[in-house]
Order: sequence, then structure tokens, then C-alpha cells
Amino acid sequence: MLRTPLDKDEILKLKVGDVVYITGEVLTARDEAHARILEYLEEGKDLPFEINRAVIYHCGPLVVKDRVISAGPTTSARMNRFTPKLLEKVDCLAIIGKGGMSRDVVEALKGKGVYLAYTGGAGALAAKAIKRVKAVHWEDLGMPEAVWVFEVEEFGPCIVAIDSHGNSLYEEVARVVEENYRKLKL
Amino acid sequence: MEYEDVVRTVVELFKKAHTELPDDVVEALKKAYEREENEVAKSNLEAILKNIEASKSLKVPMCQDTGLPIVFVEIGREISLDFDLKRAIIEGVRIATREVPLRPNAVHPLTRENPGDNVGINMPMINIDIVEGDEMKITVMPKGAGSENCSAFKMMLPTEVDKIKRFIVETVKEAGGKPCPPIIVGVGIGSTFDGAAKLAKKALLRNVLEMNDYEREILDAINSLGIGPMGLGGKTTALAVLVEICFTSSSC
Repeated sequence: MLRTPLDKDEILKLKVGDVVYITGEVLTARDEAHARILEYLEEGKDLPFEINRAVIYHCGPLVVKDRVISAGPTTSARMNRFTPKLLEKVDCLAIIGKGGMSRDVVEALKGKGVYLAYTGGAGALAAKAIKRVKAVHWEDLGMPEAVWVFEVEEFGPCIVAIDSHGNSLYEEVARVVEENYRKLKL
Repeated sequence: MEYEDVVRTVVELFKKAHTELPDDVVEALKKAYEREENEVAKSNLEAILKNIEASKSLKVPMCQDTGLPIVFVEIGREISLDFDLKRAIIEGVRIATREVPLRPNAVHPLTRENPGDNVGINMPMINIDIVEGDEMKITVMPKGAGSENCSAFKMMLPTEVDKIKRFIVETVKEAGGKPCPPIIVGVGIGSTFDGAAKLAKKALLRNVLEMNDYEREILDAINSLGIGPMGLGGKTTALAVLVEICFTSSSC
């Protein structure tokens, strides 16, 4: 069980393949929110939420009147170009998403944080673990792109897919897949 | 049959499509769970099965990406309609967006402007077929973009028939974990550029437990890759490969 704000020592101990659950607070952020976070950080402006030791969730939720209807993960690869810069600005971070992230992100996570894979499409299960909407920021970006602050209880299963030591489960799987592909007789 | 009947049916169908999976798909997922030995793969499949239950009991969409609204209509040729069928379907999508609710996904492709009700130029996508009989059959297919993004098309030479299977497997390999495996692979072979894509989409309406030898061979090849649920490794990358064909030109 991981609690927020994150305990960095605990995060650094995690290894690929570990399964964790999260209790506390998660922030949703997709493409537009990432762009704006970086804009704020680069201009030295204060963010309306705490990003250090936080859990960022790549998710564009479906919310109706403060009720989270469905909130599964979105494809993380779209955030590849933002995440390394974001990681430069924080000390510790956990990212939840699906589909994995680039080698640059794996490098940037070293000594800082982890990438957790949440089952894609499991939006109702995720909604069940979200107890409350604590806040919403930047609603001008639209419902899926705004930053939602969710209070969660035992949010998971989240699989450690990239750890803070440079290991990526996606890369390990990709190597196996390449080998198997070469062996294919079709 | 009245205008209102079609509107209500479309709304009900979207509700059902987002909160229940067809029995054949659930059965295929359960079989996959039994077959997997890898703990990460099992944990993902278990989450998927739990999510289906949560969606049904909470009556909320199982995925937050409620997709683009695609509607297939088969109209029996003995029916006469004295109302605007397309307008009824569009109204159904508008109400479903509010009532199910659906995420407002449909945007203008250039300005990215979002009208908020999943209705826009040529959206919902409506496919109409005339069939025998005096009944109307409406099928809705909410199509999420995470998997749609991974679609691929290739114009192959007449001498490349034996390369088709490899192209399908390669497309799945390139997609990796992005389309949220386990996936259902819809394939269209032959026809024209647009026709092949439409066949691939229509193939997805079939029962996933009923495949021919050609389809099974491709499925086995895909599952031998080891991509696994969510691309995190395992035996279950696809639940089914469904191929639809159409005669094509002798020169393509």
C-alpha cells in the first residue's frame, strides 16, 4: 500500500513486477494539463496543486456533478515528450497510466520515481476506488483534460512497470516479443 | 414504428453497450484467465473481470473512453418509414451522451472544437443496409480511440497474398500494449481502400468464439508473441481474429 504524499524511500525500493495499491490523493493529467504544468514551472508560477511527491494519473475521467462515473487510464505514450522535463522539477513522483513510456522517461525516473500500470479500460473499477473529488483545476481545458484531484482508497492493482533503477517491464516484454516474432513461421 | 421508438432504442443500446459485455467476450476473458500462468497477466485479467462486474452493478460505463458512436442499421425491405431515421439516431446519441452518460469525445478534426454531445459533421457514423423481411435491427458500437489509433492499412500486391498474415501479426506487435490487450482483431481483406476498413470494423460484431482455421492460425501466431494483457507479458494478447473479405480487383 502506498500513501500520499509519497515516501521516497518506499518508492525507490519498488521493483518491476511488484503490485501496489494507493490510498490518498491522485491528480489526473493528460496532454493539455502537462503542457500547462510545464508552462507554469518554466515561468516560475505557482501551481494550484502540489506536484512533488504526488501521484499523477494519466486519465481523462468522466465526471458528472462531482460524481466520478468512470476513470480508467489513458495511453501514457502521448505524455512522453513532457514527462522528462516534469521530472527535472520534482524530487519524487509516481505516475499511473497504461501502455508504458519511452526510454527517456525510464532514464528520468531513475532515483526519483516509478511508473505504475493500471489495467486499461478498467474505468468502473477505478471509479469504485475514488471516494471523492477533492478539487478540479483548469476546467477551461475541458472535462477529460482538466486536473482532477481525487481522494482514493486502495486504488489498484497498479503494477510497477518502470522502477527507479532503470528497469522497464515493457522493454523486457518487447525483447521477448522480438525474439518470438523472429521465430514465427507464417 | 415511430421516431420515438428508434430514439429510445438507441439510448438503451448505448447504455447496454457500456455496462455489459456480450457473453462470448466474457467467456473468452474467463478462459484466458484460466490459461494464464504469469502473475502480472493474471492480475490484469482479474481486474478486467472485476471491472465488468463493477460496471454492471454500479451501472456506469466500464471504460471512461466511451468512444465514438458507430451505429449499424439493417432495415427489412418490407418496412416503410415515414420519419427521418438518421435524425432519430442522432437524437438518440445526444440523449445517450447525457443519460448514460458518455464522455463528449467527438471533436472537429481541424479546430478540435467539442460540441459536447458527440454529434457533429458526419457523426454519429451511421451504416445502413437493406435486408429481407419486415424487421429493423440496430447495433451500436462505441469505438474507443486507444485501439482505433493502432489500426493499420496496407495496399498489397496481387503476388503478396502469403504476406497478409504476417502484416496482421506485425501490426499487433507494433501496437504492443497501447490498444489495451487482450484485443479483438478485426480484419478486412480485399475490396477497396474504404471498403477494407469498413469490413474490418464490421468483423468486430461477430461472435469471438467462432473462428475459422485461417483466423485461428493468425490468433495463435499473435498469442505466441508474448505481449500479454496490457502489454506486460503473457499468453493472452488477442481473444479473437475476425476476418471479413470482399472480392477485389485483379490488379490489387
